[in-house]
This record gives sequence, C-alpha cells and structure tokens, in this order.
Amino acid sequence: MAENQKQNYLTHPKGIMSWLLTLDHKRIGLMYLFGGIAFFFLGGVLALGMRLELAAPGNDFVSNDTYNNMYTLHGAIMIFLFIIPAIPGALGNILLPLMLGAKDVAFPRLNLASFYIYTVGALFVMYTIISGGVDTGWTFYTPYSTTSTSNVIPMTMGIFVIGFSSILTGLNFIATIHKMRIPGLTWYKLPLFVWALYGTSLVQITATPVIAITMVLLILERLLGIGIFDPALGGDPVLYQHFFWFYSHPAVYIMILPAFGIISEIIPVHSRKKVWGYKFIAFSTLSIAFIGFLVWGHHMFTSGQSVFSQIVFSFITYFVGIPTGVKIFSWMLTMYKGQVSFTPPMLYALSFLFLFTIGGLTGIFLGAVALDIHLHDTYFVVAHFHYVMQGGTIIAFLGGLHHWWPKSMGTMYNQTVANICCLGVFLGFNGTFFPQFLLGLRGMPRRYATYDQQYAELHNYSSFWSGILGLSIFISIMNLLWSLRKNNKLDPGTNPWGGMTLEWTHTTSPPHPHNFEEEPVLEHGPYDYDKVIVEPTFKK
Amino acid sequence: MSHDNSSPKFLQHHFHDVEQQYETAKLGMWAFILTEVLTFGGLFVAYVVYRSWYPEMFVGANLLLDVNKGLLNTIVLITSSLTMVLAVWAIQKKNQKLSLFMLIATFLFAFMFLGIKYLEYSHKFEVGQLPGEYYSYMGPEIAHLNNPHIFFSIYFIMTGLHGLHVAIGMGLIAWLIYATAKGNLNSEYYTPMEMIGIFWHLVDLIWIYLFPLFYLI
Repeated sequence: MAENQKQNYLTHPKGIMSWLLTLDHKRIGLMYLFGGIAFFFLGGVLALGMRLELAAPGNDFVSNDTYNNMYTLHGAIMIFLFIIPAIPGALGNILLPLMLGAKDVAFPRLNLASFYIYTVGALFVMYTIISGGVDTGWTFYTPYSTTSTSNVIPMTMGIFVIGFSSILTGLNFIATIHKMRIPGLTWYKLPLFVWALYGTSLVQITATPVIAITMVLLILERLLGIGIFDPALGGDPVLYQHFFWFYSHPAVYIMILPAFGIISEIIPVHSRKKVWGYKFIAFSTLSIAFIGFLVWGHHMFTSGQSVFSQIVFSFITYFVGIPTGVKIFSWMLTMYKGQVSFTPPMLYALSFLFLFTIGGLTGIFLGAVALDIHLHDTYFVVAHFHYVMQGGTIIAFLGGLHHWWPKSMGTMYNQTVANICCLGVFLGFNGTFFPQFLLGLRGMPRRYATYDQQYAELHNYSSFWSGILGLSIFISIMNLLWSLRKNNKLDPGTNPWGGMTLEWTHTTSPPHPHNFEEEPVLEHGPYDYDKVIVEPTFKK
Repeated sequence: MSHDNSSPKFLQHHFHDVEQQYETAKLGMWAFILTEVLTFGGLFVAYVVYRSWYPEMFVGANLLLDVNKGLLNTIVLITSSLTMVLAVWAIQKKNQKLSLFMLIATFLFAFMFLGIKYLEYSHKFEVGQLPGEYYSYMGPEIAHLNNPHIFFSIYFIMTGLHGLHVAIGMGLIAWLIYATAKGNLNSEYYTPMEMIGIFWHLVDLIWIYLFPLFYLI
C-alpha cells in the first residue's frame, strides 16, 4: 500500500515509449500542453518581430513580403496550434476524467490518435514555414488565396488535418461527460469547467467539419480550378467567406468557452464561496454555443451582403452579450463578501474579468453595422480580437495553468514571482493593445508593415509595452518549469487552494496512474463552501 | 472498480460494465455521424447556391448523367444496407454463419457500387465532362449553357467524397468479416458491427440524397 501511494502518473510506468504510446489522458494532456506552449512561444516570437518592425513608420527590419508571412503565421499558429487545442487538449484532457471520477476518457486510443493527428498537422505548418511561408492572412480569403504564389496548400492542409484532431477530442469529451460520470454525479453537480468543455465540444463537432470541407474546396480550387470560389470561372468568392466564418465564428467560442470554465473554477475556490448562479453559468455556456452559430455574417458587413442580412446578423450578434453578461455578473457576485485571496490564479482571473469586459464591450461597437463599416480592417478589430483572445483565453489559460500546476505536476512555483509576472502581463497587455483601439479609430489599417507618421507615437508605445508583455509571459512559464527542479516535491496530499472538486479531494498530487485508488464517492457539490470546510493544505 | 476474473475480456478497464461500454460507443458513433452530416452539409449548401445561380445549366447538365447506372447503384446500395442490418440481426440471434454470409454480401455490393461508379467516371473522363478547368465537353445539348464545369465540379466532389466513404466502409466491413470469422465478434459482443452498420447506413442515406439531386432533377 505504501509503495502504491508513491506511484503517480508522471513516474509510472517509465520509459520514452510509455509516454509516446500512452493511453493515459493525463500524459496525453501533458504532451498537448508542452506542444501548445512550444507553438505559443513561436507565435509570440513572430508577434514581437512584428511589433519591432512597427516601432517606427518605415520598412526598418523586414520587407513587406516577410511581414505578410509573419502576420499570417502568427495568426494561424496561435489560433490553430495553440489556442484551439491548448485548453481542451491540455487542461481538459488532464482534468475532465478526474473531475468526473472516471479512470479515463471514453475512448483512450482515439485520444492518443487525436494528439498524433495534431502533430501531423503541426508538421504541415512547419513545412509551410521552412518552404517559404504563406502570405494570405489566417483567413485565407479567396480570390487572393487561390492566386497567391505562396504555400497555401500545405498550410490549409495542416488546418484540415488539425480539424480532425479537434473533432475527435470534442467527440471523446461528449461521450465522456455523458457516460463516464460516477454514480450520483448528476449534471447540476458537475464542476462548471465540465459544462464549459461540454459546450466547447458541441461546437467542435458541429463547426469543424465545415472548415475541413472548405479547406478541401480551397485546395481543389488551386489544384483543379473547380470554379467554386473563382469569379473568373463563374464561382463566388463570398461563398468562401460564408463557409469560413460559419466555422470560424463558432471557433472563437471553441477558444473562449473553456476559458470561461477555468474562471468559473478559480473564482469560487479562491474566494472560498459557493459560486453564485450555478445554473445561470451552466446554461449561458450552452446558449453562447448555440447563438454563436447564427452570427457569422457580422464578419462580412463590407462583403456586399444585403442590408437585410446586415441588420439580422447585427441584431443576433447583440444576443451574445446577454449570456456573456450573465457570466460576468455571476462571477462578480461570487466574489462579493467572499474571502478573496490574491494568489496567482486569482490575479489572472481578476485580470481576465477586466480585460475580457473591455474586449466584450468593444465587440458591441463592431456589431453595429454603421460603426463596423468605419472600423472594418483597422487596428480597432486587431485590438478587440486580442482583448478577447489574449486578454480572455490566454490569461485564463495562464490562470488555469497556475491553478492546476500543483495538482498535475506535484510542485509549487514561486508565488511571488508568479504574481509579479501576472502584473507584468496585465500592464504589458494593456500598454500593447489599448493604443491599438485609438490607432484603429484614427484609421490605421491592419496588415501593413509601414504607416503614416501620424500613427508613429501610438505604434511606438504599443511596441514598447509588447516587450514587457512578452517578457512577463516568458518568465511566468520559466517560473513554472523551474518548480520542476529536484527535491521540490509537494506532499501528495496537498490541496493548496482548498479546492472541493474530485481532482482536489479524492486523489493525490500528482494523481495516481489510474486517477483514483478506488472509485470516489461523492460527498458534496463542487462549490459547497457554505456547507463543508475544506482547508487549504500546503506541505513539502 | 476491481478487475475480477468474471468480467469479459472485451470489457476495457476504464468502464464499469458492458452496458456502459456499449452505450458510450453508441453515443460516440452518433456524434461522429453528426460530423459527417455537417461535412456533406457544406457541400449541399454549395449545390443549392450554384443551382440557384444557374438553374437552367443544372437542369441541362444533369441530362448528361447516366440515370440507369445511377438507379442501379441506388438499388445496390440500399440492398447492401439491408444485408448489413441482417448481419447484425443474425449475430444477435447467435447465427454467426449467416452473419458472416451477410457481411460478405454487403462487401460485394459495396464493390459493385464502386465498379459501376468507375464505369460512369471513366465515360465522363473520355468525353471531357470534368471538373473546373479540365472540362472540355461541348456537345450540342449543353452548348447554350453557362458554366457547366461547375455542375461537374460539384458532382465529382460530392460523389467522390461519397465514394471515398464507400471505400473506407469496405475496409471496415472487411475487418468485420475477419473478426466474425475468428469468433471475436459474437452474440455477447457485437458493438463494432453495429457501429460500422450505423456508418454504412449513413453512407447509403447520403447517396439517397445525391441520386435525385444530380440524376433526376
């Protein structure tokens, strides 16, 4: 028994093959995590390269062509190789079965396959980079993408392949959530992160097939000139935009819903208070997933769609604000009169609330047709998107990483360094992207390497702060990795934040290879801080 | 949670019991079917868009397809769906031999479908009724119509993707034949056969939509 307790999934079984062929969801999750972070780093280096070029108005470091490649690769890598797979693939994989009290996900072999499909997709993207890049922007709009001489085919092929990995993960999670819960763990007793993964998975399996077939059509258009998207052959380039956004708008909810889930876990735990409006948060997740399918036309207000469709899409777009607002208020009410502790995960959650709210409110500007026609393709859109995706998803990802790091790795990072980094991320982020709202309002278009002198001051300011942002994220990841040094293990019984969900109360840190020594018995709800006392424990 | 000796060997370790494993597989399969419907859904949208853009061309171009071969293929594929169901029914009734026979029949019908499709395709290749830029057919019945190559682009993409599904289905059925012959699938455990059956019916169903859309209207 004592020997058994020392076992954890990181050390047992041993050997490289036991990792490469593992069916353990926790190991697959870790492989996703390190893969994702590697691409996060690559995408981040590209972003800093762009900010360096944009620090002054002229062509200072790179040519226009190189710059076109840089923003395309930055967008495609960050979205398809980091943000979309990172939270479900890494944190979702590690945590979902633990939160359900299950031994594994429903289809462990499919789970491993989905990781390797992701790897194959990533190789296509790597090939694109070393063979000269691609310059269409991450949206691959036709007709430019059908005529560009850059490597559109390997890149879109990569996205096609990664789509399968995303579909299989979603499918696996849906089956897991429906069928693998322990007895007594009813839907309303699930941790909210599970609800978020459920909403995400629904969008993954319903939207991703459409991008897959769109990429196939785009590739065939280039190879065979099928004429579906090419106006010279009687086709319609705007149809491409419809297809693309039919996936890519729901895809922003694939990216943000898991982040909402993380925030819904961090806030009650670190406020020591029962979550306010559990059902509101759970159902707002599903309604966002649903409404997300009906608003894709708001990306296309300048594409020549009819005024009637503009009005309808604009109108439905505002509906997204309702469930999102419900979430924000529920989180705030959860903190109200709670014992809020300013730990690193909580600081990230608070940053999230602030930054995501700005991102959401500026989305209302862009949802209004008249304003959007003015702001379309300007830095206002760039800033809005980054407030939602980086200020939202990536901040939540970092928060979740700090929250579950002691659980999944069994070590504790330096919390002071983590707090300082979080502050650096917050300040650096606002310093980088807030000026971009102003640039956009003044008419600075996106995707240009050079610009008029009047924009120089704001661009320079943005570039300076992007350095702080990049450095802070880098140090915060290094701080996490540094905790893995020798003789820094936590006691396996550690529950540093006093979490109440099964992954904290019923298994060791890091967890047992089969998750639980014996099947857990549910004793209380996920956030019953009003009924049960779970003290934070922190021992080396 | 214990791994006692009474649990059957086909039960994977992370499931409680056979029923949970079966229900999970079924749910996963239906979720997969949903993704298939959406994949083809994108192409059906393309069909509808271009049909509404070029209604006369679509009506004219579909006359170039061979309705008899299309109809024959429809009958072949529906029959194969029937034999697939009978295979599952037979194994439930512990009649492994009949099940094996029905699986082989399904496989042969699938092969026949692809054979007929090959005859159709090769005729189209000969006369130049091909997708996009490769289209060269200029017969009198089509000369007055705009952009017939788009009809053939959509025709080849949709029937091609469907044909790919038939080919994948054949691979899966071949595996079922092997597993049933070896006795790995039996009246106790036939989940893979039922799941592949669901997939096969989907393949059949998609053809039931493709046939009238391309050949009849």
